[in-house]
Amino acid sequence: MQTKRMTFPGRWLPFALLAPQVVITLIFFIWPAGQALYQSLLREDAFGLKTTFVGLENFARLFRDGSYLNSLSVTAIFAVGTTLVSMSVALLLASTVNRMLRSRSTYTTLLVWPYAIAPALAGVLWWFIFNPSIGIVPYMLEMVGYQWNHRNSGSDAMLLVILAAAWKQVSYNFLFFLAGMQSIPQSLIEAAAIDGASPIKRFWTIVFPLLSPTTFFLMVVNVVYAMFDTFGIIHATTEGGPAQATNILVYKVYADGFIGLNLGSSAAQSVMLMVIVVALTVIQFRFIERRVNY
Amino acid sequence: MVENRPWANGFAHTVLIIGVALVVFPVYIAIVASTQAPDELLRGTLPLLPGSHGIENYTQMWQSGVSSANSPSAALMLWNSFVMAMAITIGKLFISLLSAFAIVYFRFRFRMFFFWLIFVTLMLPVEVRIIPTYQVVADLSMLNSFAGLSIPLIASATATFLFRQFFMTVPEEMLEAARVDGAGPLKFFKDILMPLSVTNIAALFVIMFIYGWNQYLWPLLITTDPDYTTIVMGIQRMTSEENPQWHLVMAAAVMAALPPVLVILFMQRLFVKGLTETEK
Repeated sequence: MQTKRMTFPGRWLPFALLAPQVVITLIFFIWPAGQALYQSLLREDAFGLKTTFVGLENFARLFRDGSYLNSLSVTAIFAVGTTLVSMSVALLLASTVNRMLRSRSTYTTLLVWPYAIAPALAGVLWWFIFNPSIGIVPYMLEMVGYQWNHRNSGSDAMLLVILAAAWKQVSYNFLFFLAGMQSIPQSLIEAAAIDGASPIKRFWTIVFPLLSPTTFFLMVVNVVYAMFDTFGIIHATTEGGPAQATNILVYKVYADGFIGLNLGSSAAQSVMLMVIVVALTVIQFRFIERRVNY
Repeated sequence: MVENRPWANGFAHTVLIIGVALVVFPVYIAIVASTQAPDELLRGTLPLLPGSHGIENYTQMWQSGVSSANSPSAALMLWNSFVMAMAITIGKLFISLLSAFAIVYFRFRFRMFFFWLIFVTLMLPVEVRIIPTYQVVADLSMLNSFAGLSIPLIASATATFLFRQFFMTVPEEMLEAARVDGAGPLKFFKDILMPLSVTNIAALFVIMFIYGWNQYLWPLLITTDPDYTTIVMGIQRMTSEENPQWHLVMAAAVMAALPPVLVILFMQRLFVKGLTETEK
């Protein structure tokens, strides 16, 4: 890795400059991560009096545990749902805004601000709209004959958290799609227009393929978002219920560790999550360097 | 635009207006709910137009909060959120600037090692290592303090990388000229590098302030004392009551959303810059 051609001499100064960052990283990142690894190999008895070394037993148990397998599939559905909804809405809005000349910045301003809303708050807002007794949407759904109740119905609850998570993420995806579209050379689109391609044809044959690096990047970012940044949405609304229908992995780590006090299992789940984050980060970095291209 | 198609334009505006309406809808409902009388919300369906009890709901929330939910006044919670967000933001910027400076402008042993050490933090979100981190903070007796709320969150690989990238684009001649004139490293950092980085710092400031303000899981675990309740956490407490007082919850929600939304609206250019650059 490069530095400047010319650098400052100094034996202690660089270490002193790095010290705050490194000390905090060691104390609050590396040490706890090591602890999680270590605890994932131990088991505590019910009273917390004795810990025994059990090797990979905690991991083996996880994969025999129905609720963990359920959590894996719930997380997959949630991540795919959130990514699909937020990205397709954002793509539609971005391609429409990109047509505009005078009103472009107004619409952009009106669409980007939900990024600032905390996930937990987004959850509460949607929870309120869908509240079975006073919410406005269940009232309207009832008129078409659907009884909405996210307190009993797992699929209703899942739909609710996906909506809340996607709503918050649309603004992010929108900005990146818009930036991606603006970097597509106008000449390509004009050439296609002269050849008689309609706006829709131009979108699918020129714009969309050229956006594929952005699309791929956003897919990874959205999956990471749905898996790790949505704790607040789940905790403030469904708390993993009903009947574990929205118990995503990050929520389960917390619930098993702090509420269930099953430290060994929770640590093993932490380690599994770290493996997932590392894998996603590697994918992101490898492919962003190379870029999907046509 | 390539050609003039009035119908397509009309259609595009319709799509966008529906889009904006959907995006605004939850917040509009929150504003409506926060202006109703308490019993109005229990009667069944929510009205679609703002009511007339806005001022008293907001004043009540601002001054006294909801004591039955162990949730203090919004003024205190907003202040706590602000202190936490500012501490996280300033801390992150400060230590990232210093470490990026060390990595770019010095050659020393273990430089690569430190670089990777910082990089690893990118892969360990707090949600993932939550219990051991909690134990560390508890052992350092930092529970229920602003230090415990902010310090564990201020290590930042993203900011360090961004500043490293930026420092690499600063012309070599700057350093040469500074050294010829006899400036030491700290003087160079303070008088040349910092003024050049102002836009980058501001852009990151916006992103990190929002990140700090919206922290949820961490304050939830670290603070049990109501004096340290942040606004996002306070709202969750109010909603988990048996019969939430929705008019007050929504007033608090509007107040919680306002500061970061205003930051985005007034610093949109910096926000977009920060967002697109931190994700490179």
